[in-house]
Amino acid sequence: MTDTTPTDLPRQKGQMGHIIYVLRANPVTLIAFGMFAFLILSAVFGPALVPYDPLATNASNALQPPSWAHWFGTDQIGRDVFSRVIVATRLDLTISVAAVTISFVVGSVLGCIAGYWGGWLDIILNRCLDTIMAFPLFVLAMGIVAALGNTVENIIYATAIINMPFYARLVRAEVNIRRDAGFVRAAKLAGSSDVRVLATQIFPNALPPMMVQVSLNLGWAILNAAGLSFIGLGVSPPTAEWGIMVAEGANFIVSGEWWLALFPGLWLMFAVFTFNLLGDGLRDIVDPRKRT
Amino acid sequence: MLTVKDLSVMFQTRRGAVDAVRGISFEVSKGEILGIVGESGSGKSVTSYALMRILDIGGTIKAGEATYSGVDLRRAAERDMRDIRGREISMIFQNPRAALNPIRKVGHQIEDVLRQHAQATRYDARRKAIAAMEAVKINDAANRYDAYPFELSGGMCQRIVCAIALACNPRLLIADEPTTGLDITTQKAVMDLVRDLIRERNMSSILITHDLGLAAQYCDRLLVMKDGRIVEQGDPTQIFSQPQHSYSRKLVDATPRTGASVRDLLPKDMRAAAPVLNPSSAPILEVRNLVKTYAGKSGPVQAVKGISFKINRGQCVGLVGESGCGKSTTSEMLVRLMDATAGQIVFDGGDIAKIPARAFAKDPRRADIQMVFQDATDSLNPRYTARQTIAEPLRRLGKMRGRARSARIEELAGLVGLPLSLLDRFPHQLSGGQKARVGIARAVALEPKFLILDEPTAALDVSIQALVLNLLVDLRAKLGLSYLFVSHDLHVVRLLCDHVIVMKDGQIVEQGPAQQIMVNPQDDYTKSLIAAAPKPPERAIEIPRPELEKTHVEQTAIHDKRAS
Repeated sequence: MTDTTPTDLPRQKGQMGHIIYVLRANPVTLIAFGMFAFLILSAVFGPALVPYDPLATNASNALQPPSWAHWFGTDQIGRDVFSRVIVATRLDLTISVAAVTISFVVGSVLGCIAGYWGGWLDIILNRCLDTIMAFPLFVLAMGIVAALGNTVENIIYATAIINMPFYARLVRAEVNIRRDAGFVRAAKLAGSSDVRVLATQIFPNALPPMMVQVSLNLGWAILNAAGLSFIGLGVSPPTAEWGIMVAEGANFIVSGEWWLALFPGLWLMFAVFTFNLLGDGLRDIVDPRKRT
Repeated sequence: MLTVKDLSVMFQTRRGAVDAVRGISFEVSKGEILGIVGESGSGKSVTSYALMRILDIGGTIKAGEATYSGVDLRRAAERDMRDIRGREISMIFQNPRAALNPIRKVGHQIEDVLRQHAQATRYDARRKAIAAMEAVKINDAANRYDAYPFELSGGMCQRIVCAIALACNPRLLIADEPTTGLDITTQKAVMDLVRDLIRERNMSSILITHDLGLAAQYCDRLLVMKDGRIVEQGDPTQIFSQPQHSYSRKLVDATPRTGASVRDLLPKDMRAAAPVLNPSSAPILEVRNLVKTYAGKSGPVQAVKGISFKINRGQCVGLVGESGCGKSTTSEMLVRLMDATAGQIVFDGGDIAKIPARAFAKDPRRADIQMVFQDATDSLNPRYTARQTIAEPLRRLGKMRGRARSARIEELAGLVGLPLSLLDRFPHQLSGGQKARVGIARAVALEPKFLILDEPTAALDVSIQALVLNLLVDLRAKLGLSYLFVSHDLHVVRLLCDHVIVMKDGQIVEQGPAQQIMVNPQDDYTKSLIAAAPKPPERAIEIPRPELEKTHVEQTAIHDKRAS
C-alpha cells in the first residue's frame, strides 16, 4: 500500500474517474462539494479579502442595518458583521476539523484494539467509552476549561473526547465482523503480523461508514464549538467566532437589531448543512464496490 | 397449468438495460416436477421471481405471457397476486435461515401465512400450524412450534420453510436452490421429503438448481438455461445420455460422477493428457493425536478428538465430512492459524504445533504451508485489486519489489489462467471462477510445499468447478505440491485425491485409498455419505451419431428463431 508500483497509476486514474462519476450521478453530492469548497475558500482567503478589519471598532457607525457598505450591518461597537462572519469561518472549521481528526484517530485505534483482540480489553474499553458517552459535553468542557484554562485547544480536546466513543464503537463493530474473514486469514498466511493485518486489511474496510460519521460529526463539532462559545467557554471576545457572535447578537434581537445574530447563525447553519450533505458522497468515493 | 410464452425480463442498471431472460417459453403440467438447470447468471431465478412478480427494483417483464390456470400473471393486479402467492403458487428460497424471520417463533411464522390467506382463525391457527409441521415430518412438532430459527439446524429450518410454503396447499411449488448450503445427507432428506409431498398432494413443481445431477434425480423434465435462453429441454435421462446442445453437453460433462476422471469433466476439445503425478512415500506432514478443545457455554467442547494421519510428499489427501465434523478446525490448525490444544504436527521433520499461531507469521516455514480458502469472495479484500492481492505474500514473505514482483505476478496469473487485463480489477468486478483463480495464485505465489484446499470449488458453478479442479491437478503436477483437500463432496474428493480421510464428530471414522473408500466403504457413516450424493443417470457410451448431430443443428436453429 505504501510503496508506489507502476500499477498505482491506472488506479489513481480510476479513483479520479470514480469521483467524477459519484459527483455526476448524485447532484446533491455535487452541490455539497461546491458548498464545501466555498467554506474552504472563505477560510483560506477570507481574512485577506474581507472589506473591513473584523476587529476594528467604529463607535459612530454602531448598529447599522444591512446596507451596500455593510452587507450584514454593523454591531454594537461598529464592527462589520460580514467581515466577522467570513473571518470566523477559519476558526470554526479549524476547531471542528481538529476535533474530528483527534476523535477519528484515537477512536479508530481504540476501536481496532477492542474489535480485533476482544476479551477483557474489549470489555474495559467499552465501559470506559460508555462512561464518556454518558457525560454531558458542557459539563466536561467546563471541567476541562476550569482545569486547563479557557483556550481554543481545550475546546478542541473537549469536543474530541465527547465524539471519540462514536468512532470507537463504529470501528469496533466493523473490525469485529471482519476479524475472521477469509482475506484476513489469507493476509496472515502471507506473513503479516496482527497489527499489519489490522492496519492494511481490516481498517480500510471500515472507512465507508466512517466517512458518513466524519461528515456528520464535522457539522456537530462546529455546532458544539459555537455552543460552548455561546455560554462563554472557549473562544472569548473580541475574536470573531459564530457562536460568540450569535451570543452577543442575541441581546439585541429584542431591540430590533436582528442582523447581529441572524447572519452568523445562518452561516453556522450553512456549514452544518454542508457537512451533513457531504457524508453520502464521501462514503461512495471511498467505497471501491461502488465502482463499476 | 402454467404456461409461459416468450417471457423476457429486463433490468435497469447503472450500465444500462440488461436482459436477464430473453424470450423463454415452457409449460408445467399438473403433477409434473420441472427442473430448470443453469449456472449463475443464466436467468433461472429471475424467471421464477418474474412469475411470482417479486422482481428486484429495476426489473420489469418486458414482453411475453405467463398464464397460471387462466390468470394472466403479468397483468394481474397486485391484490390478486398477493392472493396467488402462497395459496396457489408458493416458493422455497435458497437460504432457509435468511428466509425465516430470526426473532419470531417458527410456529408463528407458519400461522402468519395461514391467516394471511384466511386458512385459519385465531383459534385453530396453532393446531393447523402444528399439522403443517407434522406434514414435513418434523418430530415433536408441538414443542418445535415455540422454537426460534437459530435453535434449529439448517435442515430443520428448510423443513419449516417447506411447511410455510405448503401450509396453504398451493398447487404449484417453486423451489429455488432448496438444498444449496445444506449437508449432503440433509440435502437428500429434504429433497426426498419435498418430492414425496409433491407426489402425495398431486402438486406441480419447478425445481431450480445448478446441480444437474440433483435435477436429473428428482425431476420429470429438465430445461437447460443459458444467458436467459432455454438451450435444451427434455427427459433427464435423455439429456444426460445424449445432450443435444453443446452447452448442456458441457454441463453434463462437468458434473462429477462415478467413473469419470478429472479430465473427463472438461469439454472434449479442452481435455489435455492426464498429468503425471508421482507421490513419494516420504511423509511431508504427520499429524499425531491432534486435539482441539473450545471453551463452550456448557463446559469444554471437543471439536477435534485426537486424530492422526500422514500426508506424503506429492500426495493429495481428501478430508471429508459434514458441517461440524471438525474438518475446518483441523485445517486451521494445520495451516497454523489456530493453536492446537494437544498433539503434534510434524512438518518437514519439525513439530510446528509447538510454535504459537501468532508467531508463525515470522517463521521461515510460513511460506511452505499455504491455503486456498472456501469462499473466494470472502477471502479477497474488497479494497484490493487482484494484483495487490497476489502481491501481498510476495511482498511480505518473498521480499520482492518493483519489477521482479510485477513479473512474478504476471507469471502467476498465466499459471492459473487469469487474463492479465483482469489484474487491475477489484474482486466485485471479477466472476466467481476468476476470484477462485486469484485466490489460488496467491496461495501458490511462494511455491509452497503443502497446500490446504478448503472446499475451493464449493461456491462455483459446475463448469467452473471442472476448470478449477483441473487447474489444481495441473499445478500439483507442475509444482510438485502436496494437497490436503477438505470437502463435503465425496465425488469431488475422489477426482483429486489418492487417499481419503472421513471425519465425523471430531474423529476419523475411516481412511484409506480413495478408490477403496468409494467402492467398498467399511463405516456406516461413509456408506451414508456415498448413498446421499445425487446419482445422475448413467451416461450412455458415446458413439458418433451423424443423424443426432443434424437434429442438434435443427434444434438450435428453431430455438434461435424463437429467441430473436
